[in-house]
Amino acid sequence: MLFTSYEFVAFICLAFLLYYLVPKKAQWALLLLASYGFYAFSGLSNLIFIVSTTLVTWGVGLWVSKIRRASESYLAIHKEDLTKEEKKAYKAKEKKKSFSVLCLGLAVGFGILAVIKYTGFALSNVNSILGTFGVEQKLSIPDFILPLGISFYIFQSMGYLIDVYRGRAEAEKNIAKFALFVSFFPQLIQGPISRHSDLAPQLYGEHSFNGSAFFSGLQRMAWGYFKKLVIADRILVGMKTILGDTAEYRGAWALLLILAYSVEIYADFTGGIDITIGIAECFGIKLKENFNHPFTSKSTKEYWNRWHITMGSWFTDYIFYPLSVCRPMQSISKKSRKLFGNAIGKRIPVYIATIVTWFLTGLWHGAAWNFIVWGLLNCLVILVSQELEPLYQKFRKAFPRLSSSKPYGAFMAARTFLLMGFIRSLDCYRDVPTTFSMWLSVFTVGNYGELFSGKMAEVGFDAANVIIIVLATATVCLVNALLVKKGCDLRQSLADKPFLSYSLFALVIVAIIIFGAYGAGYDASDFIYGQF
Amino acid sequence: MEELLEILGELHPDVDFETTDGLIDDGILDSLDMVTLITEINERLDVSIPPEEIIPENFNSADALWALIEKLDEI
Repeated sequence: MLFTSYEFVAFICLAFLLYYLVPKKAQWALLLLASYGFYAFSGLSNLIFIVSTTLVTWGVGLWVSKIRRASESYLAIHKEDLTKEEKKAYKAKEKKKSFSVLCLGLAVGFGILAVIKYTGFALSNVNSILGTFGVEQKLSIPDFILPLGISFYIFQSMGYLIDVYRGRAEAEKNIAKFALFVSFFPQLIQGPISRHSDLAPQLYGEHSFNGSAFFSGLQRMAWGYFKKLVIADRILVGMKTILGDTAEYRGAWALLLILAYSVEIYADFTGGIDITIGIAECFGIKLKENFNHPFTSKSTKEYWNRWHITMGSWFTDYIFYPLSVCRPMQSISKKSRKLFGNAIGKRIPVYIATIVTWFLTGLWHGAAWNFIVWGLLNCLVILVSQELEPLYQKFRKAFPRLSSSKPYGAFMAARTFLLMGFIRSLDCYRDVPTTFSMWLSVFTVGNYGELFSGKMAEVGFDAANVIIIVLATATVCLVNALLVKKGCDLRQSLADKPFLSYSLFALVIVAIIIFGAYGAGYDASDFIYGQF
Repeated sequence: MEELLEILGELHPDVDFETTDGLIDDGILDSLDMVTLITEINERLDVSIPPEEIIPENFNSADALWALIEKLDEI
C-alpha cells in the first residue's frame, strides 16, 4: 500500500479515528494492529520475515539483559569482598558471555537480510568468476522478492540489541509491544531508523487528542505529499525517458539527469520522511528528524551529517566506532605507528574503519556494484577532504574575508551539490561503466542546444511540466530558507495565526490536487528508499 | 588529568582544553581525533574505552573525559 494511494488515505483516516476512540491503554495495541495490517498489504509471505526478526530480537534481547542484570547484582552483593582486579575479571567474563549471545542475535538478524538481499548478488559474482576460469556450469540464482522495508526494520532491531548489550536500552518484556517497535508502520518503508530509548516510551504511552498538534502533523504530511507528488513524481517522468536510452541521451541530457535526480531524490525522500513524521505526530509521537537542509552543505562530510541522519548515526555508532577502537584495530594502530611513524600510523585504523563503513553503507543501499562504488566514492571524497583540511585552514587564514563571504559559501555549497549529484547518479544508471561514460559525456558531447529544443517536451519535460517543477522547487527552497533563517519550525511560527495557517494548508492541498502527478497518465511511483 | 591534557594538547595545540566544553558539539574533535585519542588513552593511561562510551557527553570536555576514565578504571 503506497503512501500516495487512495487506499492509504482511507487506511490512515480510519487509524487516526480509532486511535483516539479506543481506551488510551489500548492505543499501542491499535498501532500494532494497524502496522501489521499495513504490512500484510505488501504480501502475507513478507510477514514471515518481520515476525522472525521480532521473535529472535526479542528473545535475544531478554537473554542479554538477563546476563547483564545477574552480573550487576553479583557485583553489588560482592562489592566489598572482591578486589578491583577480581571485579574487572568477573565483568570481562560476563561481558564475553553476553557478547556471544549478542553475536547470535546479530547473526540471525543480519543473516536474514544477507540471504534475502545479497544471495543473488553473491552468486552472480561467483558465476562471473567461474566464467573467467572457463567453467561453463552456472550456479542457479534464487529469485527472492525483497520484503518491504527489511533493511530498515532489521537495522532498527539490531541497533536495539546492541543498545541492550551496551546497557543503553531496557530489554522489552512484552513481545507484542516489542513487535510494535519493530513494525511501527509510518517508518516501515523508509525510516527514520529509530532508537528504542527514543521511540518505545512514546509508542507505549497514552496520548490524548490535541487539535493543534494533530493539525501540525497534517501540515507536515501535506508538505511531504506536495514534495513527492508535485516535484518528485513529475521529474520522474522525464528521468525515465532519459534512463531508457543511454545511447541517445548523453552529454547535456546526462547533466540534466544528474541535476534532476538530485532534486527528485530530495523531494522523494524528504517528502516521504515528512509524511512519516507527520503521521507519527498525529499519533502524538515525535520521530527523529532525518534531514537538516543537506543541500546547504559546504563539504561532503557536512552533507552526510545532514542527509539521512539516522542511517549515518547508525553506521557511526554501531560500525565505525566499534571497529576503529576494537582490540585488533588498536594493535594495528600500535604496529603501524612503529612502522610508519605517528602521522601515518594513527590514520590507518580510521582509514580501515571508514572504508569498511562506507562499503557497508553502499551495500545497505543495494546488492549491486554501483551501490558499492557509490559508497567507496563517497568514502574517497571524505578521506581526501580530511587530508586536505590543513590546506583549507591555511587558505581560510590567508583569505579570511573571502572564505567567510556569502558568495564563497554559495560556491562551496554548489560544488558539494554537484559532486554529490555526480556520485549519486550511480544509483540512477545502476551500472558503473555506463555511469562513468555518462560523466565523461557531460564534458565531451557538445549537445547543450538540445535542452532548448523541442526534444525536452519529447523527453517528458514539456514547458508546463518544467514551469510547475521549477515553481514548486522554488517554493520548497523558499520555505527551507525561512526555516534556516528563523531556526525553528515554521508551523510553530504560524500557530498563533490560525487564518494564515489554515489558508496555507488549503493552498498546499489545492496545489497537490491540481499539480500533483497522479491519476490518469501517471503511474504513482514507490518511494526510492522503499526499495532499499 | 595532566596526562590527559597532554594527549589532548598534542592533538590540537591551539585549543585550551581546560576551559573548552563543546569539543564534540562544536566539531573540534572529529572521528580521526576521537580514534587517536582513544588509542593514546589506552596506551598511556592503560584504560580501554568501549564503543558504548563513545557519546558526546563523555567527550565534550576534558573534565567529562577524565570522569569517564576514572569510572572505567574503577570498575
